Amino acid sequence: MIPVAFEYERAESAEQAKALLAEHGDEAKLLAGGHSLIPLMKYRLAAPAVIVDIGRLSDLSYIRDEGEQLHIGALTRHRDVETDALVIGQVPLLAAATSEVGDPQVRHRGTIGGSIAHGDPASDIPSALLALRATMVIDGPGGVREVASDDFFTGFLETAIGDDELLTEIRVPKVPDAGWSFQKFNRRAQDWAIVGASIVVDNGSCGVGLVNMDSRPIRAGAVEAAVNNGASAADAAAAAADGCSPSGDLNASVEYRQHLARVLTRRGLEEAGR
Amino acid sequence: MQVNIEVNGTSQSHDVEPRTLLVHYLREECDLTGTNIGCDSSSCGACTVHLNGEAVKSCTVFAVQADGQQVTTIEGLAPSDEQLHPMQQAFHECHALQCGYCTPGMVMAAVSLLDEVPDPTEREVRVGLEGNLCRCTGYHNIVKAVLEAAGGAR
Ligand SMILES: Cc1cc2nc3c(=O)[nH]c(=O)nc-3n(C[C@H](O)[C@H](O)[C@H](O)COP(=O)(O)OP(=O)(O)OC[C@H]3O[C@@H](n4cnc5c(N)ncnc54)[C@H](O)[C@@H]3O)c2cc1C
Ligand code: FES
Ligand code: FES
Repeated sequence: MIPVAFEYERAESAEQAKALLAEHGDEAKLLAGGHSLIPLMKYRLAAPAVIVDIGRLSDLSYIRDEGEQLHIGALTRHRDVETDALVIGQVPLLAAATSEVGDPQVRHRGTIGGSIAHGDPASDIPSALLALRATMVIDGPGGVREVASDDFFTGFLETAIGDDELLTEIRVPKVPDAGWSFQKFNRRAQDWAIVGASIVVDNGSCGVGLVNMDSRPIRAGAVEAAVNNGASAADAAAAAADGCSPSGDLNASVEYRQHLARVLTRRGLEEAGR
Repeated sequence: MQVNIEVNGTSQSHDVEPRTLLVHYLREECDLTGTNIGCDSSSCGACTVHLNGEAVKSCTVFAVQADGQQVTTIEGLAPSDEQLHPMQQAFHECHALQCGYCTPGMVMAAVSLLDEVPDPTEREVRVGLEGNLCRCTGYHNIVKAVLEAAGGAR
């Protein structure tokens, strides 16, 4: 499968990437690891006229300890996140969710920034960032702004990042002592989740992010409230599908997805020590 | 666009369209047809090569992304025409292939796996090769071969 022809620009800096986006407007698409965009282009579901390759912006590939938070550069590859000692020690949920993405070849190329900028409800990493209350840093012509994970995912394959903006950093609160669990239900080893759940319970305060339970990555707010009010894992998890509008497809009906959300959330809460 | 890629230790320079996939570049521009195309949709691993020493699916990388980088294909693995790479030798000895279609990608993925996890458990081998499908062997002998190659390196 051969994509539609495009013009290729390689950005050597974040500034240059922003300038190229400003120049080409909505004709242009950023290319990070390419492991969501290239398949879409091969199926001709996307046909950008201009590709701005940010894959070499190594100054946006880092994991830094910044007091209460880890700061992770948007171009940090999945492989570097899942094996990083700081991530494993301070935010083990994120390391675990990342290690479930695709297969080793995919994780050698895909980046954390691309994974969330794509805004796919079936992706694993957004659920962890929602549960952890991460913050995204976006850089554009209007300057740098921070967007809470709750406000970041705006629709199916849509996020708060504007056409002329670049996601530069993800800030994740450290939770070294929290209970946590990442639950992913799929049919074959390398598959995407049919449904998944990211759970973190820290000092009695609970975060639950769901995979593939709506048109965008979402939190299970009713479960979080129930846990925070002292409900058992089973009672809290009964609310996991409340307010969600999952779609039905070849892999699972709507009802089956709702059932999976409840079961995976209960297992996750139990594993996290609720 | 002119791309300069070091393929199997040799500098190559070709004028390619930006939309050229690395796998097509290797097969058609470099005449290295050892890398196979299976699914053409990032799932089967038949097209696995090393980009800067790490396994990637070359059907999901543009050649322009590899500009200025190093690529190793199955042809570049053996130290000489007479001698196989230890992973190839282990595949040969453990009967880890039948039709052979998945084999180049499987061997490249396995070499990359041992670079990252030099002494894997059987489970680590199975999980580490989850990006590569084989329709013939049932995987048992492939796993045996990778464990054998790891043992040899020990
Ligand atoms: C076979 C296969 C299996 C997979 N399995 C899973 C899975 O199980 N779970 C899972 O979660 N994911 C899975 N993925 C997706 C994988 O995680 C991708 O790496 C990820 O979704 C996209 O990251 P990328 O760096 O490759 O982004 P790209 O494909 O380069 O970009 C994706 C989108 O984000 C935009 N973008 C990228 N970076 C930025 C930035 N810094 N600022 C603004 N916009 C940006 C691009 O313009 C594009 O629209 C799989 C992919 C493949 C090919
Ligand atoms: S041909 Fe590339 S993964 Fe199947
Ligand atoms: S040996 Fe035939 S597909 Fe693996």
